[in-house]
Amino acid sequence: MLNPQLNKNGELQHLLSIEGLPKAIVNHILDTASSFVGVSDREVKKVPLMRGKSVFNLFFENSTRTRTTFEIASKRLSADVINLNMQASSTSKGESLLDTIDNLSAMHADMFVVRHAQSGAPYMIAKHLIDTRQNHVHVVNAGDGRHAHPTQGLLDMYTIRHYKKDFTNLTVAIVGDILHSRVARSDIHALTTLGVPEVRAIGPHTLLPGGLDQMGVRTFTNMNEGLKGVDVIIMLRLQNERMNGALLPSVQEYFKSYGLTPERLALAKPDAIVMHPGPMNRGVEIDSAVADGPQAVILPQVTFGIAVRMAVMSILAGNQG
Amino acid sequence: MSNPMKPSGLDAEALYANLLQQVRTGLTGAHDACIVGIHSGGAWLAERLAQDLGMTDRCGVLDVSFYRDDYAKKGLPAEVKPTHITFDVAGATVLLVDDVLYTGRTTRAAINELFDYGRPARIMLAALVDRGGRQLPVAADFVAATVQVDQCEALRLQRSDAGQFTLTIEENHA
Amino acid sequence: MSLHIKNGRVIDPANGIDAVQDLFIVDGKVAALGAAPAGFAAARTIDATGLVVAPGLVDLSARLREPGYEYKATLDSEMQAAMQGGVTSLVCPPDTDPVLDEPGLVEMLKHRARRLNQANVHPLGALTMGLKGKALTEMAELTESGCVGFSQAEEPIQDTNVLLRALQYANTFGYTVWLRPQDAHIGRGGVAHSGPLASRLGLSGVPVMAETIALHTIFELIRSTGARVHLCRISSAAALDLIRAAKAEGLPVTCDVGVHHVHMTDADIGFFDPNARVTPPFRSQRDRDAIRAAVLDGTVDAVCSDHTPVDDDEKLLPFAEASPGATGLELLLSLTLKWAEDYAATQPGKGDALALALSRISHDAARVAGLDAGRLTIGSPADICIFDPNARWTVEGAALASQGKHTPFLGYELAGQVQATIVAGHVAYQRSAGNVSNVS
Repeated sequence: MLNPQLNKNGELQHLLSIEGLPKAIVNHILDTASSFVGVSDREVKKVPLMRGKSVFNLFFENSTRTRTTFEIASKRLSADVINLNMQASSTSKGESLLDTIDNLSAMHADMFVVRHAQSGAPYMIAKHLIDTRQNHVHVVNAGDGRHAHPTQGLLDMYTIRHYKKDFTNLTVAIVGDILHSRVARSDIHALTTLGVPEVRAIGPHTLLPGGLDQMGVRTFTNMNEGLKGVDVIIMLRLQNERMNGALLPSVQEYFKSYGLTPERLALAKPDAIVMHPGPMNRGVEIDSAVADGPQAVILPQVTFGIAVRMAVMSILAGNQG
Repeated sequence: MSNPMKPSGLDAEALYANLLQQVRTGLTGAHDACIVGIHSGGAWLAERLAQDLGMTDRCGVLDVSFYRDDYAKKGLPAEVKPTHITFDVAGATVLLVDDVLYTGRTTRAAINELFDYGRPARIMLAALVDRGGRQLPVAADFVAATVQVDQCEALRLQRSDAGQFTLTIEENHA
Repeated sequence: MSLHIKNGRVIDPANGIDAVQDLFIVDGKVAALGAAPAGFAAARTIDATGLVVAPGLVDLSARLREPGYEYKATLDSEMQAAMQGGVTSLVCPPDTDPVLDEPGLVEMLKHRARRLNQANVHPLGALTMGLKGKALTEMAELTESGCVGFSQAEEPIQDTNVLLRALQYANTFGYTVWLRPQDAHIGRGGVAHSGPLASRLGLSGVPVMAETIALHTIFELIRSTGARVHLCRISSAAALDLIRAAKAEGLPVTCDVGVHHVHMTDADIGFFDPNARVTPPFRSQRDRDAIRAAVLDGTVDAVCSDHTPVDDDEKLLPFAEASPGATGLELLLSLTLKWAEDYAATQPGKGDALALALSRISHDAARVAGLDAGRLTIGSPADICIFDPNARWTVEGAALASQGKHTPFLGYELAGQVQATIVAGHVAYQRSAGNVSNVS
């Protein structure tokens, strides 16, 4: 199957993963996003680009935060938004995923924003739309299993570009549970695509997947070493389930070796920025002093996230297959 | 620029001087006046006008990409420039500035966008050149020249590094 | 009934035969090669000019889905698939529903299969009751009902002591235990080969270690018990190295690989194609290359189809949710020929590797399972596969008799097509005339 994200004109038809996206398209999304940032400051916080279009939020995995930001982004584009909690719906009654998609397409959906617990689920949907020639319907991956969270990757890049301007002389460290993180994978692909010369992954062996060097990443199990001279620190959330899977002994021990404290932050460059996809576990992966400190840009990430999602959706909606 | 350009035979600087004169008169006594230029040519003109009229704190720029009526056919343009309007539009007299007035669709989009910022008391339109060919009922309040341009050609304002204006004609391959 | 197969290229690896000659069948047995036996009068003649006349294929693993999984496939459709694939003897694993752990179930299956008058079905009995890995099955009774060995299918025994006892008990009677080496815990829940590709795609991995750790355990138990073990569906280079060493050491082990694994790697998952979701997973290029070489040098004794029909509802799902398995009965011949042409023939000194390739899916396989099959020795049952090595066909749902329509080879064009399949001397399938079962 050819790269299902691009239509035959090389334009973005679906956003499924940052892997496989030409650098020009990534930059176009970031450039477009900067135009949308100002929309939130106006009296009428809307532009009419997607007026009359229907965006269906298909969340097979719960997430109020991400769903809310997509809903805000859609409404700022003047689209109609329908939220579907898929766990309580027909699929749990046995209707197949593809039948669900067909039913929703029959209700004239223009865009599906999909979050699913399984890696690859949005590809199935995109392939089905391509096979059934529904070229006017677009899929945005809002997170699939451990595989990708492309809009988060893009908003992280937007944030870095806002504060650091030039990607080509940065050292970026991603810290935490990279093994289970779709955010980490998307960030890694985005950073390497945009030419960041050094991408580091920091964590215990149990949380570092194999094959990271093939993705262009330097691994560190010693956080103090890994943070030396770093320009950007991306902290990942540690989930409780990791203690159950014999991957980590306790939260306390994790914080001791991998928590971002002010002392550790001081090892990075003095103007280093601290990012986090949210929600934060204070005292687990990040100290409150750092989270609330001057180097943290976590709240701006949220604002940028809406603009980036508006950019993605309006670019997609303007491309026919 | 990929399309071949040739000089239009119009003296853009002279036209600007004419437009400035008209606008100066037209804005006299206007309540809460402000100038908003439409990217890119209109923005350059607006900047110069604001400087010459001493209104640089009441000058903004507008990109109409999100309000165009051809989005469904053409999608988002490759380059979207930022819109900056730092003052309150509500109750103001807004002078919209564009370089070339043609079909009127850009003006319609700009007006729609302005209204999403607030409700102006009045909007006036200044254009350096009116080339006719209106497709919507739009008219300029201040125009420096009315010209005929071939349908397959585009009239464009250029600004040199030193800030000099020129008008060029381009073959339209679109 | 006497049958005369004329002018075909007879290849019988067991007896070192590869020549264009006639073959004569009398009373369901191979009567003569070359010249007709005295007093021979053909009731029927098949013209095999330009075709290969080979022993009927012996498939060491084909799931027929009965009893219990009739919604995925039925005995009728899968036995028909075997005929169209040239398979005249097949071994089926015990993971039916209910599990084949009672003699009555085995007898019923054999009875049903016999009535179809198509391939010979040789079930494997469950090694433990319900495949639960706790209580031993009545292996002697099951053997009497027709089981040719004992297996845990896809359920590795967690308690090593139970595995030890099971091997000791089986060895009492000289039974062969068929085991897929898979650690019960490492790689549990994994759906793809543990490596850079699975990491990038965010898929849970099954490390090679899951296979090699299990092999070490099995070899130790064999050294202690002397039990004969057939290792099923080997997937990695490291495992093959261990098996090669074990054979050199003299341990009574044999092994097989699934024919898809001879060709595919983890890269064939592409954009999460569920057709590439199989167990064990397709591994790296290095592993695939080691499998190809091992089939040639004999470390791998036999190649099987690992035929596993899965229906659309269970396959067209996000990758990790899709049921593992690919259809194989009708691809076994073509994919084995493909191995011969793409790989074996290119190796120094191999030249025409056709006879060797056929051996891995006939004579060698029969030897592993202890079956009187897979050869054209005079007096043997006349189970024969006549095929056109040059005919090309496209792998698509409509071309398959099996209800399993999923394989990563969908859409591929392959060479090698069965023209006729003969079981015990009667023509059970002939391509030009369609299904000719039960007509003599």
